[in-house]
Amino acid sequence: MEPTSFTVNGRPANVTADRDTPLLDILRNHLGLLGTKFGCGQEQCGCCMVLVDGRPEKSCGKPLSTVAGKAITTIEGLGTPEQPHPLQQAFLDEQAGQCGYCLSGILISAKALLDRNLAPSRAEIAQALDDNICRCGSHVRIMRAVERAARLLREGAAR
Amino acid sequence: MNTLTLPPLLAVNPRLDRWVGFPSPGRVAVSTGRVEIGQGVLTAMLQIAAEELEVAPERILLQTGDTDLTPNEGYTAGSQSIQFGGVALRLACAEVRALFLDHAAASHGYSRGDLAVRDGAITRRGEPTGLDYWTLAAGVDLTRHATGQSPTKSVGDYRVVGQSAPRIDLIAKVFGGSAFIHDMVLDGMVHARVVRQPHRGAVIAKVDEAALRRTAKGPIEIVRHGNFLAILGTDETVVEAVAAVAPNHVTWDGDDPINPYQEEARWLLQQPSIDRTIGPPPPAEPTPGTTRHEATYTRMHIAHASVAPSCGLAVFSGGKLQVWTHSQGVYPLRDALARTLKLDPAVISVKHVQGPGCYGHNGADDAATDAAVIAFQQPGKPIRVRWRREEEFGFEPVSPAMVVTAHALVDGSGRPADWTTEIWSGRHTSRPGGGGNLLAAEALPDPPPHPPAVEGGYPPGAGTRNGEPLYDFPARRIIHHLIAETPVRTSSLRGLGATLNVFAIESSMDELAERASQDPVAYRLSVLTDARARAVVEHAARMSHWQAGLPAGTGRGRGIAFARYKNMAAYAAVVAEVAVDEVVRLTRVWCAADAGLVINPDGAINQLEGGIIHGASWALKEGVRLDAHGISSRDWESYPVLRFSEVPEVIVELVDPLADRPCLGVGEASGGPTVAAIGNAVAHALGARLRDLPLTRERVMAALLRA
Repeated sequence: MEPTSFTVNGRPANVTADRDTPLLDILRNHLGLLGTKFGCGQEQCGCCMVLVDGRPEKSCGKPLSTVAGKAITTIEGLGTPEQPHPLQQAFLDEQAGQCGYCLSGILISAKALLDRNLAPSRAEIAQALDDNICRCGSHVRIMRAVERAARLLREGAAR
Repeated sequence: MNTLTLPPLLAVNPRLDRWVGFPSPGRVAVSTGRVEIGQGVLTAMLQIAAEELEVAPERILLQTGDTDLTPNEGYTAGSQSIQFGGVALRLACAEVRALFLDHAAASHGYSRGDLAVRDGAITRRGEPTGLDYWTLAAGVDLTRHATGQSPTKSVGDYRVVGQSAPRIDLIAKVFGGSAFIHDMVLDGMVHARVVRQPHRGAVIAKVDEAALRRTAKGPIEIVRHGNFLAILGTDETVVEAVAAVAPNHVTWDGDDPINPYQEEARWLLQQPSIDRTIGPPPPAEPTPGTTRHEATYTRMHIAHASVAPSCGLAVFSGGKLQVWTHSQGVYPLRDALARTLKLDPAVISVKHVQGPGCYGHNGADDAATDAAVIAFQQPGKPIRVRWRREEEFGFEPVSPAMVVTAHALVDGSGRPADWTTEIWSGRHTSRPGGGGNLLAAEALPDPPPHPPAVEGGYPPGAGTRNGEPLYDFPARRIIHHLIAETPVRTSSLRGLGATLNVFAIESSMDELAERASQDPVAYRLSVLTDARARAVVEHAARMSHWQAGLPAGTGRGRGIAFARYKNMAAYAAVVAEVAVDEVVRLTRVWCAADAGLVINPDGAINQLEGGIIHGASWALKEGVRLDAHGISSRDWESYPVLRFSEVPEVIVELVDPLADRPCLGVGEASGGPTVAAIGNAVAHALGARLRDLPLTRERVMAALLRA
């Protein structure tokens, strides 16, 4: 097997694995990045959302072979507790979560939205998150948090 | 000691060191048997302990849901964690504080009344004494039993309780840390998937092992014990792929097709049932001067459908079994595992690790049992079982379908003189006990007997929950028909029977108000004397700028509904606003709730908001689909739930959250009233009532055609 090369959160990755292996399994089991979650394995719930060259994609159905040469961003690439991304800060400020299992996928979808639209309407936020299932009913807080993050970003917080 | 005065959870876990310890200078160990299932309970427990012990929350190391460490509090369920578990923890902490102050006074000749605790340090008339919990710990015996007699702090002195402290578990979840049981990695971990019995009693006829191995892109091991069959391997990708196709390579005997018609609830009416009446017998004849009102409401089976499938880990080594689970009850699971594996409970440790949001008895216990059964067969190997999504939908226990008929005899003033809630339902409780009701146990040789269907006492009831209206009707009763045999496995889900019972009662209240030509809010208040109930109804009406007399049938509607969960937990009134054309669009929801003293107001509001959106999803979208082989809705397309674009604006307010009153469980309070308020709003919008849930496009169209 030839290794497949790509970047994850700006760092190069070379993975030798079956080329059909879902990117989600590569991230979690080969690279030890546990922030991206398994939810359904059927590309229906958004728990496994990552950015591929800046676009939100469900990693559970994305074979390793399709990410060669691409730039992957996962939740671990957004920020840290010391230097949170404005989205992460806003989610904490709004206490936007209950069980929190859906949050890494939602934060990724929200980042993709804010990367192209710094002043989204509530409807645009809902649309951007519609591929993500939250089952605990934290939706309203989550949408409020995305609005708050957009405000922080407009006010010039570091991205 | 008078144990009669102890709250129940302190009585069964009386040793104070089971609740509180001082392991190292500056640190406090606090134990709770309650577990985090997405509801924020750990943060609330931390606040309770910090308040009563008078220590900074940062000093507390919280231990939770661990059979080696924490009190046995049974299940984290029924909106009882704060109302019962929190009360026990508060008393235990208050008693520990008192014992340390007694000891400080006695050992140093201080007057006890001069002493207090400030962040773990003992003060005398407000000045430092140089003493603290840690320096005194050697002299205070916490192995003693609680008396429950030490005074707790007065509410007016609270500094931590009543504050909206941020959730302690949220940080790991927002930054992508290892937060869930799914993220646990053990050295030498082996991944496993179970090939499920298609139904109880199915017997393996043939396993085409060669075909299974041919499909595998790496090494796998096939484990069989009776009718329990599992695929093992160190590469999760390989094991998952084989498991996905494994049902094609296993044949089963004892095919037991079910009637797919049973996905609609009305089949229950033709089933044999265990019947009982709660309350006075129904009148033989309608009281003179009354007229009869009767309406029947139904609901399909509902799935928990947690956002992630269940997961469990286990290792059997040196004669000891260690299990990690997101079950709601580590002690009951330990006992069920002991019976299943014929082990002494003393050699089994069960530890809770957080999982996806849990709304009742889902697949968590089963996944843990799968892992334990495999680990027991393969000593020394850490086994991780993670269910597949199809498996979660197909095999988790679901909430039973229900039919409820509301019967009222209405007097000349338009108010019920006599009320009956008649309920047909499968069992709402089948948690693992005695080794039964665990999928893996049923597949092993010599499976345990099928536990009988039980309802449980009333109140709080299970299928009967909230079957009794809180209104001042002169005579009220519940007639309950428990259907023992259901086509699929059923158990508890958030609200249990309360969801449909509240839907039936509160829909009927609107129908009766309409008969009496009265506004729904005014009509309810005319038969409601409970002051706290009245307050939430009035508060919700105020919040929503409720207007009487808005015309029906305009395509826009609003509805109100009220319940006190279990008739003994939090009060909640909900107003829903909808726009209906072919589909129901829920635009705004207002909720007023009285949960007594609230430990963490934002946490309680978060729970009420969650219950509203969960309830909206039940009302508008959810119903388990069946085919001849069981549950056929095995993905998010065939089991749709409310998505972001369908979520309404939600406004929740708490009534008097800092008043000095007992805490009332809040986690399940808003679901039933939300479903009923939506039903009433849709009836108002359409000018025609839908009595069967969910309120789908097909049902709206049918109602429009009838109207």
